[in-house]
Amino acid sequence: MDAGTWELVRAALGPLLAGLVYGTIPLTAISFTAGLALALAVALMRLSGIAPLAAIARFYVSVIRGTPLLLQLFIIYYGLPSLGVTIDPFPSACIALTLNVGGYASEVVRAAILAVPKGQTEAALTVGMGYATTMRRIVLPQASRVAVPPLSNTLIALVKDTSLASTIQVTELLRKAQELAAPTFEFFALYGVAALYYWIVCLVLSFSQARVETRLNRYVAR
Amino acid sequence: MGPLLQVRGLRKAFDGHEVLRGIDADAEAGTVTVLIGPSGSGKTTVLRSLNVLEVPDAGSIRIGDVGLDFAPGHRVGKRAAARLRAQSGMVFQNHNLFPHLTVLGNVMEGPVVVQRRPREEARADALALLERVGLSDKAEQFPFQLSGGQQQRVGIARALAIRPELMLFDEPTSALDPELVGEVLAVMRDLATEGWTMVVVTHEMRFARQVADQVLFLDGGVIVERGAPSAVLEQPRQERTRRFLRLLGEAG
Ligand SMILES: Nc1ncnc2c1ncn2[C@@H]1O[C@H](COP(=O)(O)OP(=O)(O)O)[C@@H](O)[C@H]1O
Ligand SMILES: [Mg+2]
Repeated sequence: MDAGTWELVRAALGPLLAGLVYGTIPLTAISFTAGLALALAVALMRLSGIAPLAAIARFYVSVIRGTPLLLQLFIIYYGLPSLGVTIDPFPSACIALTLNVGGYASEVVRAAILAVPKGQTEAALTVGMGYATTMRRIVLPQASRVAVPPLSNTLIALVKDTSLASTIQVTELLRKAQELAAPTFEFFALYGVAALYYWIVCLVLSFSQARVETRLNRYVAR
Repeated sequence: MGPLLQVRGLRKAFDGHEVLRGIDADAEAGTVTVLIGPSGSGKTTVLRSLNVLEVPDAGSIRIGDVGLDFAPGHRVGKRAAARLRAQSGMVFQNHNLFPHLTVLGNVMEGPVVVQRRPREEARADALALLERVGLSDKAEQFPFQLSGGQQQRVGIARALAIRPELMLFDEPTSALDPELVGEVLAVMRDLATEGWTMVVVTHEMRFARQVADQVLFLDGGVIVERGAPSAVLEQPRQERTRRFLRLLGEAG
């Protein structure tokens, strides 16, 4: 790479960082938070023992897992307008990613809830708790220990999946790199910087995952 | 006002298999009832019914001034079940402590989260209960850091903390190493002396002899024999009771 390329890379660092901070990270944060809430609701529906609720939940998970994320994104952004529903690029991406996270994470949450022994729910009953309190105080805290490792993988996958939003004009990191590279043909250098940024974010997340796991494991015999 | 605990005609089937076939029992306030019987005879199911962890198919249970009638096809409301359940504290065979809460947290959970008592007051009560079961120094530990006997004593403190009328124990020492059994039985003895009404499923015959006011022998889902420990354990009238006690190596 010659001096001109380095100059270009240096000039791109700021704009790419902006793409990360104003595009990729909010997309990830919003979709993951909303996705987890959705996942919990879907998991509880499946575990409710109420047949229609469980069926709806199963159907939703099946559709999300059985179709490409890129297609889900296109259906919301390009498809819905033909039904008279037009949504801006950023919210469209948030919705698609949330639905996607909700589908995958619900299976994780469900398995984690099922991993909490039945005796725990019964002990909660005997001290007087109802369903919601038992979930909040007893089951979910214990389930989170089981769920955190796979959910961290979901989160890290999500960081990278937000790049798909570049296809519907959301200016996140990848889209920024494309915009900067196109007029200069310096694809290797600029995509390389973008890759580095994604990688750093994922490294930070892996590091935090380890810390959270240590914290959640403090009440378990080793 | 009659006995503190009154059980009438209790029936329960699992998948068509009748596990309880008409249980009648009374327990006066301040007495200890020991429930014995072979494995599978329905002892756990009786205790779980008293705590409404299992909903009987028929019969009635009254503890203090809270009663509940059961009938086939009649759903028991959540609130009614909770009201009866709150009358008794349950000690499980394998303690079922909350592993993510400290010992103190386990004991305070019911009073603070459910009964909404002021945290400081609940904390003081919990510490007093832990002192009573000899575990003041373990308050800030997690359950996994305790021995089986200590865990079971925390289980007792947690059950006492909700201020029940009646304490239920389901084989509280049978999952313990032999050298840890004594410390748990000692706590239960103290509770009996303090006047707690207790229903205890156990195979500890020495405990039954010394502490029980009445012994119920359950077999095949019915109470086959009942009476003072000196009668049921020393001079059983029924052949089934005799055979069971012989198997335990305790024939009178
Ligand atoms: N939830 C359940 N579902 C099906 N069968 C059960 C259930 N609970 C208990 N049983 C059956 O009921 C019978 C009595 O069980 P239990 O009350 O645990 O006896 P015990 O405590 O005297 O050993 C056993 O045959 C057991 O298999
Ligand atoms: Mg049993």
